[in-house]
Amino acid sequence: MESMAKGAGLNRRNFLKSAAAVPAVAVAGQAAAQGTPDPLITELQDWASYTGVGVDETPYGMPIRFEDDVVRRNVEWLTASPISSINFTPIHALDGTITPQGCAFERHHSGAIELTKGDYRLMINGLVDKPLVFNYSDLERLPRENHVYFCECAANTGMEWAGAQLNGAQFTHGMIHNMEYTGVPLRTLLREAGLEAAGDLSDKWVYVEGADASSNGRSIPMEKALDDVLVAFKANGEALRMEHGYPVRLVVPGWEGNMWVKWLRRIEVTDMAVGSREETSKYTDVYEDGTARKWTWVMDAKSVITSPSPQMPITHGSGPLVISGLAWSGHGQITRVDVSKDGGITWETARLGKQGDTKALTRFYLDTDWTGDPMLLQSRAMDETGYVQPTKDQLRDMRGENAVYHNNCIQTWFVNEEGIAENVEVS
Amino acid sequence: MSKSLNLFVPALGGAALVLGLAYGVSSREYGADKIETLETRVAQVEASAAQASANVQEGTAEVLRLQSELEELQMTAGTGSSLTEPAPVIDGTFGLGRVALAEEMAAWDVDVLPDGRGLPDGRGDVYTGEEVFVDKCASCHGDFAEGVGNWPVLAGGFDTLANKDPVKTVGSYWPHLSTAWDYINRSMPFGEAGTLTPDETYAIVAYIMYSNDMVDDDFELSHENFTEVEMYNSDGFVVDDRPELEYAQWRTEPCMENCKPTVEITMRATFLDVTPEGGGESVMNHASADDSPVFSASADASDAGAAESGATGIDPALIAAGEGAFRQCKTCHEVGEGASNRTGPVLNGMVGRTIGSVDGFRYSGVFQEAAAAGTIWTEESLAAFLADPRGMMAGTRMSFRGVRDEADIAALIAYIQSFDD
Repeated sequence: MESMAKGAGLNRRNFLKSAAAVPAVAVAGQAAAQGTPDPLITELQDWASYTGVGVDETPYGMPIRFEDDVVRRNVEWLTASPISSINFTPIHALDGTITPQGCAFERHHSGAIELTKGDYRLMINGLVDKPLVFNYSDLERLPRENHVYFCECAANTGMEWAGAQLNGAQFTHGMIHNMEYTGVPLRTLLREAGLEAAGDLSDKWVYVEGADASSNGRSIPMEKALDDVLVAFKANGEALRMEHGYPVRLVVPGWEGNMWVKWLRRIEVTDMAVGSREETSKYTDVYEDGTARKWTWVMDAKSVITSPSPQMPITHGSGPLVISGLAWSGHGQITRVDVSKDGGITWETARLGKQGDTKALTRFYLDTDWTGDPMLLQSRAMDETGYVQPTKDQLRDMRGENAVYHNNCIQTWFVNEEGIAENVEVS
Repeated sequence: MSKSLNLFVPALGGAALVLGLAYGVSSREYGADKIETLETRVAQVEASAAQASANVQEGTAEVLRLQSELEELQMTAGTGSSLTEPAPVIDGTFGLGRVALAEEMAAWDVDVLPDGRGLPDGRGDVYTGEEVFVDKCASCHGDFAEGVGNWPVLAGGFDTLANKDPVKTVGSYWPHLSTAWDYINRSMPFGEAGTLTPDETYAIVAYIMYSNDMVDDDFELSHENFTEVEMYNSDGFVVDDRPELEYAQWRTEPCMENCKPTVEITMRATFLDVTPEGGGESVMNHASADDSPVFSASADASDAGAAESGATGIDPALIAAGEGAFRQCKTCHEVGEGASNRTGPVLNGMVGRTIGSVDGFRYSGVFQEAAAAGTIWTEESLAAFLADPRGMMAGTRMSFRGVRDEADIAALIAYIQSFDD
């Protein structure tokens, strides 16, 4: 227990360990409450007597230290270097739908860069009437909108194609975040530059590119560019974080995260897809027979139970239990989530939380009574198109095991009598 | 939809809005260009309220409660929403931004299209390319573009795309040569992006083509012959066909009960636990197969997990790699001629002998138990142990957190197997 000295507070990680060793730890506290008076109530506590810290102690506040395990985490063996790598949102420990920026996953191809608003330039060129350069303050003068959208890496759950691998919703499903973006519709900027020169727009594209060393670039069909794509400069009410593309990133609702170009510096109207590295060598899905799907932009409906899960065991014994999770679809809204406790033999429809925008995370709850028997927990999302989240077998039958990307399979957690959860595959 | 209505009725607060949305979804077509507005949201809620009112006449108390919730919602619908009315569309433009200058576009607009548009004039041959590559690229990609560590392999892999682990290289996978030129020119070398001259980029691409046996060693690539190059896998891609192949099948009403006769666990991450240390450390590392009394595993999960890393035929290259990986073990273990017990037991002839059976070594309890049971070290069990020593042998005194890279595990096993008892 390396961090016993870290603080008197209960660190969840250590709690997990002690919970595994002594499953009845939480129950014991309750039993005490029924017998002898609880000193936390009957005795004067320091915090109820001494004063706390004053204002301005932390001009920009961080989570209280007892939550210091709720952080992004990296799986080192996945990538060659943290400069070109990814980490994972601690979705197991969050509730509601909005992801705080500070723990929203990061994906960089050449590291996160510091780019000031003053040094920021956005060029629009190619098949436009008048190629333009905007600076940051220009963007703030254009009509803007607010929308909540999820951003999911196409490789989320990609390690699970060949079998159950990582023990934790953070690691199996944490390449996702969900924020409220403030930004200018891309179509507004394209209209400023004028699209007469592009002629028939139905076969035109925009190529979007970042200012960092990777100059990550992706081709987006004009139809999508004119639809709901945002040039965003705020998230959850405040400036974007450096790691998410400060000062300006692209938001491509419902489509794979790689297209959400950070440090957006250039938008080029073209008459064909550029075929950049990130849309040919990467982010293409290899079938079992060796052929590959390209332009697989939309993220299909998907869900995962975030609690209980391997990092969130049941510590309270049998009785009332909240099974909670997240569902999302790049095709629109989630209309229903079903939960199974027996590995998919029977299903119950979960209660959906308040829905925000289309293509945003939806929270679901199944308020249940746990018998204390082992469970095989699964969740299954449906979206407004009627699409039902597939099983791993359905996906493998269709695509094989080498697709890497777009694994939206139904996830199974095995929960044993002690409430400990584990990532498994079932028949 | 009416079915989901009934399911939502008993739910707690918050369901009302969901209900409203469910009706909204059914009553209008969600084109991708639709932008949600407060008005439409309120209209949806009102539509739901109307439906709820109709249900009230059927006299159920649930629906009465639901209606009051909806009314509350209507009152609060104007606040707390994340929605914004659509940005106004004006005639003409806002006149913001300034005209981009030709020099500026020349500096930034350097992407190259599959048909070669965007390529600058220039040329470079294989010989020059090899020099530049070794100087600027080989530290990550290897002298022969074979890749170092986890860095990308650029050459070879032909006819592997249908294999279990396809090797996707410029030669075997990339559909356009322009992609290589464009990416190298803009994004490479890693840490010095944008510093290559056009001729250097042509030369590097020529060398990568040579490494992939696409050209001979006297080949020179230039803007003149660039588009004549045919890529091996140019026909290997199909445009996203999920709508035809998958959506058509998977947009169906799902099964709710008796969906399958039995369920068994077929694989457990516990036995292939590559979860990182720290917050990822799984409590299941301390679990055993006996922890699933109800759902019995139908297959030996440790086999399923370790099959990939098993090195049956001992490949000299793998043994060599294992020698490197063994550096982290050397502090405590010896292997090979003249090896003896140190902090850890000697590892000669390990695979195939009984666990905990080296003479003269003081084993921990868990190893003594395994020895008493006659359990044999197999490639699979060794792989599992290397991946997570304490997970597999809880109580071992070996203070080593495990090997994360599966390739390293396979190499280590090959290396250890190369020394007989």
